[in-house]
Amino acid sequence: MKIVLLWSDGLLWGLVLVGLLLVTQVRRHEHLAVPWRRVGQSRVAMACLPVLLFFVCVGLLDSMHFRPQLERAPGAAASPGTAVAAPAAPVYSVEVLSALDQVLKTLRASRERTYSAPLATHAYVKESIDRPDGTTVREFPRLAHAGMGLAAPVTPASVAADLLERGAIGALAGGGGWMLVMLLLAWVVRGEGGLLAIVRDTTSLRWRAALAALLVLLVVTGVLGAWALEYHVLGTDKVGQDVLYLALKSVRTALVIGTLTTVVMLPLALALGIAAGYLQGWVDDAVQFVYTTLNSIPSVLLIAAAVLLMQVFIDGHADLFQTTAERADLRLLFLCVILGLTSWTGLARLLRAEALKLRELEYVQAARALGVSSLGIMAGHVARNAMHLAIITLAMEFSGLVLAEAVLSYIGVGVDPSMISFGSMINAARLELSREPAVWWSLAAAFSFMFVLVLAANLLADAVRDAFDPRVAGLRGAR
Amino acid sequence: MTSYLLRRLVYALVILLAVNLLTFMLFFVVNTPDDMARMQLGSKRVTPEAIERWKQEKGYDKPRWHNPEAPGIEQFTRTIFFEKSVRLFLFEFGNDIDGRSIRGEILDRAGPSLALAVPVFLVGLALNVTFALAMALFRASVLDLWGVVVCIALMSISSLFYIISGQYLVSKAFALVPISGFSGGWDALRFLALPILVGVAAGIGSGTRFYRTLFLEEMGRDYVRTARAKGLPESAVMFRHVLRNALIPILTGVVAVIPTLFMGSLIAESFFGVPGLGSYTIDAIQSQDFSVVRSMVYLGSVLYIVGLVLTDISYTLVDPRVRFE
Repeated sequence: MKIVLLWSDGLLWGLVLVGLLLVTQVRRHEHLAVPWRRVGQSRVAMACLPVLLFFVCVGLLDSMHFRPQLERAPGAAASPGTAVAAPAAPVYSVEVLSALDQVLKTLRASRERTYSAPLATHAYVKESIDRPDGTTVREFPRLAHAGMGLAAPVTPASVAADLLERGAIGALAGGGGWMLVMLLLAWVVRGEGGLLAIVRDTTSLRWRAALAALLVLLVVTGVLGAWALEYHVLGTDKVGQDVLYLALKSVRTALVIGTLTTVVMLPLALALGIAAGYLQGWVDDAVQFVYTTLNSIPSVLLIAAAVLLMQVFIDGHADLFQTTAERADLRLLFLCVILGLTSWTGLARLLRAEALKLRELEYVQAARALGVSSLGIMAGHVARNAMHLAIITLAMEFSGLVLAEAVLSYIGVGVDPSMISFGSMINAARLELSREPAVWWSLAAAFSFMFVLVLAANLLADAVRDAFDPRVAGLRGAR
Repeated sequence: MTSYLLRRLVYALVILLAVNLLTFMLFFVVNTPDDMARMQLGSKRVTPEAIERWKQEKGYDKPRWHNPEAPGIEQFTRTIFFEKSVRLFLFEFGNDIDGRSIRGEILDRAGPSLALAVPVFLVGLALNVTFALAMALFRASVLDLWGVVVCIALMSISSLFYIISGQYLVSKAFALVPISGFSGGWDALRFLALPILVGVAAGIGSGTRFYRTLFLEEMGRDYVRTARAKGLPESAVMFRHVLRNALIPILTGVVAVIPTLFMGSLIAESFFGVPGLGSYTIDAIQSQDFSVVRSMVYLGSVLYIVGLVLTDISYTLVDPRVRFE
């Protein structure tokens, strides 16, 4: 096994580290913690939390990459002449796997020949099958990796019974896991009254909503997981890959696009927006000019142009990349950079307006009178007091970016074709509905996974906005 | 007013020049015309002669900025920058990969694009504002609460889903309208009904939510409190005061968007086979026709800037507080 650290892996884990640091920072300062506590008092936001955590865990598991060592074919190593084969250097597969692939080993390995419906035991298209007695019949062939434990004549009733049994075990396992989490949580909040307080929903953070969502999540995961060991829960696609596996692999791509783009966007928007608003004069003119220019170009076209150029570069420098995964990863990062370059303008405009307002306030003038440098004021006073805008924008931007990835990949200027993403799943399945009978499961899986992720992110972003935006507080008063 | 407009015009020209420089950098400096030729010809049968021939055919065989061999002013005019970028200012777009005039294509395709984009925009606007007004009128009630949740849910659905499922349901399952295609005259209505429906449905979530926030913000203002204090009934406050004042940002927002409608809707057009500018752009992206992409970038920024200027003008027309300096 050889660990492979892709660029996006490193950045993603770096982001997690920064996130943890920020959390400790926020916990230590009361004034920073207050708005976040307000987010935690929203039932909707707390219900979204386990869902998002689940997606993040899947994405992070999928961000630990390695190349498995290849086993040598017996006899190949010992060439005929030498008595003892020298211990040769290990050979690694060119295929880059992740920890998630390891967890989902059964799903990855259970490859069929072509389409099969969710939970089916037989394929979607008829094939000619040679009977042992020499005759050939056309019928739906049995799948190689679905319902293997079933007795010979597979009837819908026997499948249903099997599914019921497995589903019950899975649900129980999910429920058991949930009980553990609940007890753990009750111990954590024992100061506020423990389990009883959670049930009565009197805890300061609305844990009851989070636990309810977690119960649904764990039971569904348990049932699907139990089924997935023996069946293709969401069917298989054209080349026989398990759709559930593809959908889970897509999560990382969506997360990378949604988060790493903000890494590009945030520094640009903060630096330029605040400098324009605070310094004014020619800096303001220059920044406004740059963002008007960037805004005036239709963003899809700018992204398309940049990605096409990237493609030319990659085609011309094929020798730079050892594996397809590295090539795909570079293209993914490049897409993040381009999306970041086209989307910082909105936040920069907001920050500029806020800096214009803040620079006239007393405490900023006091700082100026005390001889604090412009840079110090911008970083220490203006940026800190405009941070709520950045947090709100980042939260709201995430879901838009996940949706944008699908559209861009659909047009053909998104992620590398070899990379599994919601967009490439939809793109591959675009004509499947017109088959007879319609192949709906790839599209349904991609759209529903994306919907759950984006909905959870959107609802959380809404709660974040309510908690951080002073204008919303004003609206609440007006009601 | 004239001097203001003149100033905006100069500013617009400078921005267009920057856009041109940017796209020129992207297309000709980061990647050389040789790279483009290799990509267009396919990597198999590329000989240096073939590349030279391709460059000569497309007019990419000249120096980028400065041609020292040419006499006089032609030192600057017989260059790629002048022929490919400066001419865009005169709307001389040149030819696409199949040798057709890009300007002709744009003129032909603007009609179908508008036939789809304008109804989507107008119907969508009417519906969004109506829903938002209803939600603002019954704010903080069950209707409003669930309205917001539904809006967020609608926003969370990929636009591709609206298109794909809409096409499947309406055209295939119920066989109501043709799946895709286009024709002129009134017949176009049959083809456009579904794309319009899908376009309106896809925009309703974010649109309604946007206008609801706008109305609520307007309702938090002092003049609303004054109106209530005068004893006006809630309906009068809403329709005579809030709605009329909220129309200012709505109208100016509309004015900014109208010019960009020309660009068409990328995905919907290519999916439903509408021969508009959106599908032209998608085709160009997919066949890697850089001259078309560059022309569309230029056209897009021209329309955006027209929108900006129109917004400024409309502000002064509807809002007497705003004056040109």
